[in-house]
Amino acid sequence: MPRASLFVPCYIDTLFPEAGIAMVTVLERVGVELDFPSAQTCCGQMHINTGYSDDVAHLVRHFLTVFESSETVVAPSASCVATVRHMYPEMARWSGDAGLIDAVAAVTPRVREFSEYLVDDLGITDVGASFPHSVVYHPACHASRLLGVGDRPLALLRNVAGIRLKDMPRADSCCGFGGTFAVKNAEISTAMLADKVADVLHANAEVVVAADNSCLMHIAGGLQRQRTAIRTLHLAEVLASQEGARA
Amino acid sequence: MSEQRIPLPFHQAAPIALEDGQLRRNLANVTSSIRSKRAAVTGELPDWEALRDAGEAIKDHTLKNLGHYLQRFEERFTEAGGTVHWARDAQEANEIVRSLVKATGATSVVKAKSMTTDEIGLNDALAEDGVVAIETDLAELIVQLAGEPSSHILVPAIHKNRAEIRSLFIDAFGLDPEALRDDPHELAGAARRFLRERFLDARVGISGANFAVAESGTLCVVESEGNGRMCTTLPETLISVVGIEKVVPRWQDLEVFLQLLPRSSTAERMNPYTSFWTGAHAGDGPQEVHVVLLDAGRSTTLRDDVGRATLRCIRCSACLNVCPIYERVGGHAYGSTYPGPIGAILNPQLRGAKQDHELPYASTLCGACFEVCPVKIDIPTILVEMRRRSVQAERSDRSPRLPSGIDVALRTAAAMFASPSRYEAGQRLARIGQAPFVRKGVLRNLPGPLAGWSDARDLRAIPNQAFRDWWRARAPSSEGKEGDDAE
Repeated sequence: MPRASLFVPCYIDTLFPEAGIAMVTVLERVGVELDFPSAQTCCGQMHINTGYSDDVAHLVRHFLTVFESSETVVAPSASCVATVRHMYPEMARWSGDAGLIDAVAAVTPRVREFSEYLVDDLGITDVGASFPHSVVYHPACHASRLLGVGDRPLALLRNVAGIRLKDMPRADSCCGFGGTFAVKNAEISTAMLADKVADVLHANAEVVVAADNSCLMHIAGGLQRQRTAIRTLHLAEVLASQEGARA
Repeated sequence: MSEQRIPLPFHQAAPIALEDGQLRRNLANVTSSIRSKRAAVTGELPDWEALRDAGEAIKDHTLKNLGHYLQRFEERFTEAGGTVHWARDAQEANEIVRSLVKATGATSVVKAKSMTTDEIGLNDALAEDGVVAIETDLAELIVQLAGEPSSHILVPAIHKNRAEIRSLFIDAFGLDPEALRDDPHELAGAARRFLRERFLDARVGISGANFAVAESGTLCVVESEGNGRMCTTLPETLISVVGIEKVVPRWQDLEVFLQLLPRSSTAERMNPYTSFWTGAHAGDGPQEVHVVLLDAGRSTTLRDDVGRATLRCIRCSACLNVCPIYERVGGHAYGSTYPGPIGAILNPQLRGAKQDHELPYASTLCGACFEVCPVKIDIPTILVEMRRRSVQAERSDRSPRLPSGIDVALRTAAAMFASPSRYEAGQRLARIGQAPFVRKGVLRNLPGPLAGWSDARDLRAIPNQAFRDWWRARAPSSEGKEGDDAE
């Protein structure tokens, strides 16, 4: 039986617990034995990406300690996984600390994004989900460009019973979130969001799905403010769904 | 780096640019069309990725051995009858060019499109001696007549429309308004007639260079219109201002870069005009051939990996065209010759002005720039390092520019995340603290820097049960594998 430790990033833990719960539902359904190291806090993404990496060196060490003995770590956030797998090695290299470089090299390759874990590690693209709704997939920038998850989420979505996948123009363009960018450059962020909302509306789907709650929080913020009635769901929530499935 | 004017900082300039409907439409049209063309002409080459790797490797090697290759270039260029000048900074470069122009007695110069001369503010420096610098690249000419800086590395007049260009030409060329319509062919014809006279009169030509070949002492300019070649061949004296990072070791290296550059920049398989010159030749072309090799922050930038990677840039502007931020605010907001993602990492290192500290924040780190960069500069990662340096610079500054609300919030959060018990206390506090802002389950009118969010977006209120609370309630026995609380 495959085993994995859950890494549920702070903003999902606090703001979007349903995405973490959905990931547990899916992984247990396909037979993964899970644990949740409850000492975990935050990977430091927001700090690192805002230029505060010197202030969160302790969070990097904490993360490495918490997941030191985990065979595999799986997380429902492409951007946090990208931080751990891409930025931790950069930070370690910049610090020149040989011990940290080794610790980072030992732990970070084992940290997997949810769809990577299912498709690459477990070889599963059908998780037995059912979701009779129209869906448009937003390929979040950190998932697509930094992690290179490619069409793994789409491969999983295509096997969901009843789902109707829609296309969106300029799907690969950024929604304008960018962490603190959304407040530091709020006007530009809002202009980008307006275009993304227009593209989502053009797709004419009931639900927007992504492998990251951060972009979804942003897109939902625009969709709700404009009272569009289009929902946003994390990929794991769609894969956890068995709506309308035969009992 | 001296600029013609002191521009507004990005956070003030960007919102102004956002409200310019003409600019937004032009930018969206040009960038989206050039994006798809670029994707087509790079996608058709089976060895495109290998070319990028080669471009990266050649530049890396050269920049690590730059002293060696610069010396070789100097030897060869001098042997071929040219004169090499070294300029520590913009001021020195301008002084060298001014004295060379003065020696010819010329009162005007014709200029090929050159970012490096923009960077050092050469036109203004020449004007101090009463020397008129005439930009001969059509788009550069348009922005020069308008008294504006360029807004795009490659398409400097991207923000102008035909009607605006027509009225600029009528005023500048002294034309009869009845005789010029805002038709692209007529406009180009008017510029051509004006420029022909300047080319024939010119005694001094000024250019930059895209590449400087060390083994042969050759300079290379890549362009579309042929006006650059007029500048480098017709006048008696030719002065080229070239950044020291433009050196490539061998002639053969151009095989790589002359494929990477046009396909990445104008989305052409080959640019219309590629000019090479090696020193001076009796009876053929300029007889006085000078090159000013410019440092201006480059040798300091070269000291670390991040700086070396940044200086691989061949100024193609592909990163501008794919950048969602640039697409919406254009080039002027960046307040530099070098806008867009490359400007956001280049200016803080080359120039390091106070207002450059905020340029690395003009990005969502979406990574589109890295994806297209022909010399594989990992711009998003370098942006993160530039942000770190910005924070350090702000901390050592007595009048910080970063919004202090964000600074306080991030420092507090960094301490809170240090242990799970503090983090969980923070979660409880946030649930209580949000109460005044919750309306029907949605957070509204958030305070401080968060107002930037809630002005345009809803945010669902923080739920009562975190994931970790759910996990504990569900499976108390499966918590055997906890790390220690660090407190």
